[in-house]
Amino acid sequence: MHGPIATHRRATGIPTGRLAVWWLLASEIFIFGGLVTCFLLFKLNGSPGFEDAALTSVTAGAINTFVLLTSSLSIVLAHAAIENGDRVKTFRYIWYTIGGGLIFLGIKTYEYTGKIVHGHVITENLFWSFYYTMTGLHALHVIGGMVIMALISFDIRKGYNFQRVELIGIYWHFVDLVWIFLFPLLYIANF
Amino acid sequence: MSDAHTHPNYIKIWYWLLVLLAISVVGPMFEIPALTIITAFGIAIVKSYLVAAYFMHLKFEKAIIWFLLTLSIILLGVFFFGTAPDLMMTEGDQWIDCIADKSCVEQRL
Repeated sequence: MHGPIATHRRATGIPTGRLAVWWLLASEIFIFGGLVTCFLLFKLNGSPGFEDAALTSVTAGAINTFVLLTSSLSIVLAHAAIENGDRVKTFRYIWYTIGGGLIFLGIKTYEYTGKIVHGHVITENLFWSFYYTMTGLHALHVIGGMVIMALISFDIRKGYNFQRVELIGIYWHFVDLVWIFLFPLLYIANF
Repeated sequence: MSDAHTHPNYIKIWYWLLVLLAISVVGPMFEIPALTIITAFGIAIVKSYLVAAYFMHLKFEKAIIWFLLTLSIILLGVFFFGTAPDLMMTEGDQWIDCIADKSCVEQRL
């Protein structure tokens, strides 16, 4: 059989490439989960500064949630399309997803600028330290996912490594999933 | 490529996710903290289930992946509940709230 070994080797009954992505995500649970845990510990302990969650824009956060949920839909549709062998549709859906990532980053940049010009910088208090660390790390994951998706899309156009659409999809859904929790933590729970 | 299974109706799941998003945005407008917690975090858990189960195909995935992810979340719980008492339970003879009495600042802890 041709192609990378991750495509067809199944020591656990799961293609090795997909198993590797799940392992990666298990480690990501600790990275983001550790941050969220520390955030909750400080917030529940009544540390000063957390009332600043009232200063974040729920509208911007909600729009970004909508954008990421929609981009999750487009990448899963890309996966369904490649399983039907439709490379053109897959390529298009992947680029819709990248577009979603770009809109997300654009709104995030707008938000960051607004906060920084009002003096809410990373060193202001614990809330803003967590805000910039968590959303910044999340944004880096968005950028990483977009770059990988772009590379995969060109592979698809050339006609190889089809299995990678599913793999990047699983990763992208996780990025979406992290945001699903960051949204209520940083934007809604301002009490 | 994924193992053979029927693809769920992704558009329908996306609609549900948007409905849940709307509820999580509207919930805090009532300004009842308990309701906000339910509509914000309760709905976040439901949304994450929908994304994980259907978009990530976890519903069709082998048990070993469920085991791997559940173990990660349990260990995260151990981290939280293992360190929470140190930070929050400052009453009693064995605990010193050094942040409140500023003694940890003097000791450079």
